Amino acid sequence: MSGDHLLSIRNLKVRFRVYEGVAAAVDGVDFFVEKGETLGLVGESGCGKSVTAMSILRLLASPPAELEGEIEFQGKNLLELPQDELRKIRGGAISMIFQEPMTSLNPLLTIGEQIAEAIVLHQGLSRQEAWDRAVEMLARVQIPSPEARAKDYPHKLSGGMRQRAMIAMALSCNPNLLLADEPTTALDVTIQAQIMDLMERLREEIGASIILITHNLGLIAEMARTVVVMYAGKVVEEAPVRELFSEPLHPYTQGLLGSVPVIGRKFKMEKKRLQEIPGIVPSIFEMPRGCRFHPRCHRMMDICRLEEPPMVEMGQRRRVLCWLWA
Amino acid sequence: MLQYTIRRLISTIPVLIGISLLLFVMLRALPGDPALVLAGQMASPEDIELIRVQLGLNQPIHIQYAKFISRLAVLDLGRSARTQNPVLEEIWARLPNTFLLATTAITLACLIGIPAGIIAAVRPYTKIDYLVTSFSLFGISMPVFWLGLMLVVVFSVTLQILPAGGIGTWKHVVLPTVTLASFVVAFIARMTRSSMLEVLSQDYITTARSKGLMEKVVIIKHALRNALIPIITVVGLQFGSLLGGAVLTETVFAWPGMGRLIVDSILARDYPMIQGAILIFGLLYILVNLIVDLIYAWVDPRIHYD
Repeated sequence: MSGDHLLSIRNLKVRFRVYEGVAAAVDGVDFFVEKGETLGLVGESGCGKSVTAMSILRLLASPPAELEGEIEFQGKNLLELPQDELRKIRGGAISMIFQEPMTSLNPLLTIGEQIAEAIVLHQGLSRQEAWDRAVEMLARVQIPSPEARAKDYPHKLSGGMRQRAMIAMALSCNPNLLLADEPTTALDVTIQAQIMDLMERLREEIGASIILITHNLGLIAEMARTVVVMYAGKVVEEAPVRELFSEPLHPYTQGLLGSVPVIGRKFKMEKKRLQEIPGIVPSIFEMPRGCRFHPRCHRMMDICRLEEPPMVEMGQRRRVLCWLWA
Repeated sequence: MLQYTIRRLISTIPVLIGISLLLFVMLRALPGDPALVLAGQMASPEDIELIRVQLGLNQPIHIQYAKFISRLAVLDLGRSARTQNPVLEEIWARLPNTFLLATTAITLACLIGIPAGIIAAVRPYTKIDYLVTSFSLFGISMPVFWLGLMLVVVFSVTLQILPAGGIGTWKHVVLPTVTLASFVVAFIARMTRSSMLEVLSQDYITTARSKGLMEKVVIIKHALRNALIPIITVVGLQFGSLLGGAVLTETVFAWPGMGRLIVDSILARDYPMIQGAILIFGLLYILVNLIVDLIYAWVDPRIHYD
């Protein structure tokens, strides 16, 4: 792999040992993120995208989570890093934005305090300097009257404002990598667009890479340069964004794209209906043999039932996990 | 906030009237004639009648109540039927003792219970958690009179380092405090554990960790404050009931507190004393509740009273 890789995940496995059994939420995931790129991570709920992101900063409670594999960031394997070194990376070189702005800020601390806290920790500024920087960050994410808002508690802010504050917090220490786990899912559409514009602009300013986790394909089309598609804990396809949309290889990706309504395209009842992927994601405790997608696949062959498909390299950052291409 | 406090203080008046009314009716529904108890076995019917007139027990109950309330308005709780001393004086003599014991017990219970609950919540379903949980169960289930007696056996009789009972020096406070706290500590530890467990699974705790904060900062600064509301509630309720006196503990350690005063007065059918003591207890309980409510607003900025 080239030296341009900011983050490389190799053969990541995450298992949860729980009462019902062992749940392999992530099973051998590999991908890398280049400097300055936005990588989209897509898939249905429960496919392991969030778990993958949480694994990067080792934020999953362990037990029950067990992590295996390698997550290389700036030459270090994050999975083997001692806690105190890992803490320097958390919120510093790698920061994270979560899905729920309503619950991801501490209700009993002011917005300013919550932003300043990370700045004191990672940049070694005094409390006053950190506070000033927090106010400056709030201004940068276009929160009106930032001095006053910094002194407010989260319950006084709307969902969109809180997510801006989360972004301010995540970007306050100039991270190299931003993990955005469904950052706009809980927001309404106009606010979504504003938040994504803001993230994109700030990303350019500080030159960070982003892993954008979402099931919103529209967002991916607009933001991502490369897309990794996950299904049932595995990467099933990776492609540059244009190629993914113009020529999806994996039947699952084809299904995903086919299930998105396109405004302006006419659907005549007899000709073309909005597609669906039949069936549901398999239970995490009972993965099907062979290809994990075969029970839902409309192009299923005999071999798909029996043997796990190989990862087929199709070109520069273009690969697919499917017997059709093997 | 000040306005709210004043409003709450004024609202204690109807509550106290309600307590006094219930108390008045229930006391008089009790079997046993106070005049008979006071006069003793050998008294003549004339003596008994005389006592009844002295105590005003010959009047209809609503007149008795009206008189009680009108005297209460000038803070006169009457005289004890048993000792003839003013009720307020007797209560003032006991209340500081009870207050001392309640304060030491609740402080000790918080000092042990809150850290124990936090430790159990941070390492759930591990040996240390099971240890804390089973000690809590032990503390809640153990009868205080038994624990009190065992402590006396060990520290007063065998080791002879602490007095078995009475009041005076700090040494007298130790055993009753430990006895009372053992029960309260269990409550506080359990509440702290469950409240912390809930808070530790919240999204903002993950956010705090993702910022690179030290685990102890995450637990104390981010989690504990959020977990405090139910803990404060339990501490307040326990403190309130401790102020009413701990009858069993006070009896075991011959501690002259409110609990024994109330029980002795009930046994002697000393109506004025019971009424006075329970009213004061009611007032204290209301005040503790008010203080707890004010602490809520101080801990949680989302709570507003005005």
